[in-house]
Amino acid sequence: MSFVEYGDTIQEGDTAIVFLGHESMFPVKVQHGSKTQTKYGVIRHSTDLIGKKYGSKVTCSKGGWVVILHPTPELWTMNLPHRTQILYSTDISLITMMLELKPGSIVCESGTGSGSLSHAIIRTVAPTGHLYTVEFHQQRAEKAVEEFREHKVEHLVTVKNQDVCKNGFGVSNVADAVFLDIPSPWEAIGHAKSALKVEGGRFCSFSPCIEQVQRTCLALEEHGFTEINTLEILLRVYNVRTISLQIPDLGKAAEDNSNPGFDSSNQANQGVLCGSQQQGTIQFKSGVPLREMVGHTGYLTFATKSLL
Amino acid sequence: MGARGRLSAPAQCGRWPEGARGCTRCLQPAAVRVMEGSTGPGVRIREGDCAVLKRDEVFKAVPILKRRKVIFEKQWFYLDNAIGHIYGTTFEVTSGGSLQPKKEMEEPTTETKEAGTDNRNIVDDGKSQKLTHDDIKALKDKGIKGQEIVQQLIENSTTFRDKTEFAQDKYIKKKKKKYEAVITIVKPSTRILSTMYYAREPGKINHLRYDTLAQMLTLGNIRAGNKMIVMETCAGLVLGAVMERMGGYGSIIQMYPQGGPVRAATSSFGFPASFFNSLYEFPLSKVDSLLSGTFSIETLPSESEDNIPAEEESNGSLDEKPASIQETEEESTTEAAMESNQTEEQETMDLAAEDTENKESKEKGNKENIREKQRKQQERRKKLAEAAALLKEKNADGLIVAGRFHPTPLLLSLLEFVAPSRPFVVYCQYKEPLLECYTKLREKGGVINLKLSETWLRNYQVLPDRSHPKLTMSGGGGYLLSGITVAMDKGKSDAGSLEAEKTEEPTSKKRKLEELHS
Repeated sequence: MSFVEYGDTIQEGDTAIVFLGHESMFPVKVQHGSKTQTKYGVIRHSTDLIGKKYGSKVTCSKGGWVVILHPTPELWTMNLPHRTQILYSTDISLITMMLELKPGSIVCESGTGSGSLSHAIIRTVAPTGHLYTVEFHQQRAEKAVEEFREHKVEHLVTVKNQDVCKNGFGVSNVADAVFLDIPSPWEAIGHAKSALKVEGGRFCSFSPCIEQVQRTCLALEEHGFTEINTLEILLRVYNVRTISLQIPDLGKAAEDNSNPGFDSSNQANQGVLCGSQQQGTIQFKSGVPLREMVGHTGYLTFATKSLL
Repeated sequence: MGARGRLSAPAQCGRWPEGARGCTRCLQPAAVRVMEGSTGPGVRIREGDCAVLKRDEVFKAVPILKRRKVIFEKQWFYLDNAIGHIYGTTFEVTSGGSLQPKKEMEEPTTETKEAGTDNRNIVDDGKSQKLTHDDIKALKDKGIKGQEIVQQLIENSTTFRDKTEFAQDKYIKKKKKKYEAVITIVKPSTRILSTMYYAREPGKINHLRYDTLAQMLTLGNIRAGNKMIVMETCAGLVLGAVMERMGGYGSIIQMYPQGGPVRAATSSFGFPASFFNSLYEFPLSKVDSLLSGTFSIETLPSESEDNIPAEEESNGSLDEKPASIQETEEESTTEAAMESNQTEEQETMDLAAEDTENKESKEKGNKENIREKQRKQQERRKKLAEAAALLKEKNADGLIVAGRFHPTPLLLSLLEFVAPSRPFVVYCQYKEPLLECYTKLREKGGVINLKLSETWLRNYQVLPDRSHPKLTMSGGGGYLLSGITVAMDKGKSDAGSLEAEKTEEPTSKKRKLEELHS
């Protein structure tokens, strides 16, 4: 297995995802002799994991079972240890497409943070591309290096521990795309421009505050970037539920249950009349939005560097 | 960008190193970074390229062909002069219909312009512009540059100096947009083509908005080396997007309905021919027989129209049968009308060429023709057998569905070909069919992490003291149902209900919801 290639069976050294049910899962480093505790009991790596097929059920000591999943950057994003606020797959998807990333792309990124976007970029540019990622916090930079090594993608990424606003990305005129998720992106525009290829490339900056966006757009214009465009994307999730709504009792007009005032034969909403002596109910399937949703993550500003 | 990455030769151990860092096996360092200078492949516009014309937010995909008239944004021109320039170059259309690279103009110095404070005294009577339509036409005919025309309009506007600075800015931008017609030639990409299709012909792509497509590519973990199954009726746009993200590595099996696989949009991407070597197609009508084990190449009629990819016949024309049968609204803008005129013209030109070709080959000898036809048929049957074999392995790395068909039957059968612990994504323009799909998948089992979602996209105008969301917004971009496959248990019904239990909300929460709704 690898984060950039599918494998069929679980092997030692893999990072596997243990799925317990209903959005409950966690990553686990597979090692001979190790044991993992779950609410369903113990999982013994040597007997229960190594050699088993990804996607299969594993019964734990207490009798309950879990499913072991092959890691993907998306599953990693949902389960990685947060060292900073991370980007989620909704924003990552749009960034990937708008930066035109594909196998062979060279990408510069700062800050590395917890590596959520980094893993997604590495997956997309593999096997012939490369990610240069800059993180000014020493421990986070070191942790990132460690994780990339554990996930067997270190050949596709270079981590630099420096301040991108002062010292840039450490490369010049090689990148197809540059991504910034830092407090003062306008200070790094010059460096972004020089990191991008001579013939041009794509740029993206992610900022939570509109004031940051305003400064960034101004700096982009001053540096000759074109196609400057700011947008935001939000995810709306729906729960699929079978809903039963009661038919109200509107009085004793008719004794038989074919309520005249209400067209119970109306199947418009695929409703099903459930017979019951006193009150009927109509059942239907609905996509019910969640009680709360993410209302804001950040503004995404995209631009193009090109020769006029 | 070469498929081999940054290095131009294999390392001493014979391996093609991955990435730009040298070989991790024999530790030979990377050669001096080969910068793709202005002569590198894919940097300059060449004849035969698939390119995209861009003017502000409007795109149009065109092939770079000499002596071929192109119409775009109410202008006619030839692309010949563009050849040799770097992609991203901006051109002006000369009065002769040829392209000329736009010289970087000196912006007029911003002296303190006269401006008003608000619009309380500005009356919109339509009489503030002293130049008439004819005056402007005369200027254009004289060959006066767009920038000069804008300057003339400003000088001849009685209300210009009373406008606020912001209003003046907005006025100038508007006039520039109309009179300074510049066209940029860019390389096609999923970003550009999906934006183009959504704006110009959303009906052809089942109203799949570009951010929804972006979600599909990421949720589906589309990447180099996968074996993907794609079923789409979006003119081949989704297929092209998947191909771009796979970079020619791995394989794709495109399932197609009656009429053959449509790949009009796919050809606009300009992929190298090698990408198509690992692209297969398989008819949906044979899926049942494949699953039940009764499929065989011999059962196919020898001259099956189904097996001819529609691309061969509709030579890049965008005039195909409508994408959705139930859509009664037609997207008919003047652009689309103009475009169909142009494609008709292109078609007649193409057909003319074909006609002479046909005549010639008839003269050469029918025997050669028949042999060629037979050879092609053999090839097709061979590829079809390969596709069937790939499917029968039932180990695909993912499934993407985006079409006009009801998703439930598609998913229930096509998921059989997917390996366990792999993602799948289904797009539907409407929510209700996905509700049913979700329910049926729950009943069947073998899937976890089912999620029904849509994305909400908003564009912003960012200007100093004038930042706000833009005026118009897309009302909807379609819905996605995504999930992950898991191994099916032998005790199927058990696995189904147990998994449903695991992934439904805990019972106490469930009761509360029902109470709320009843």
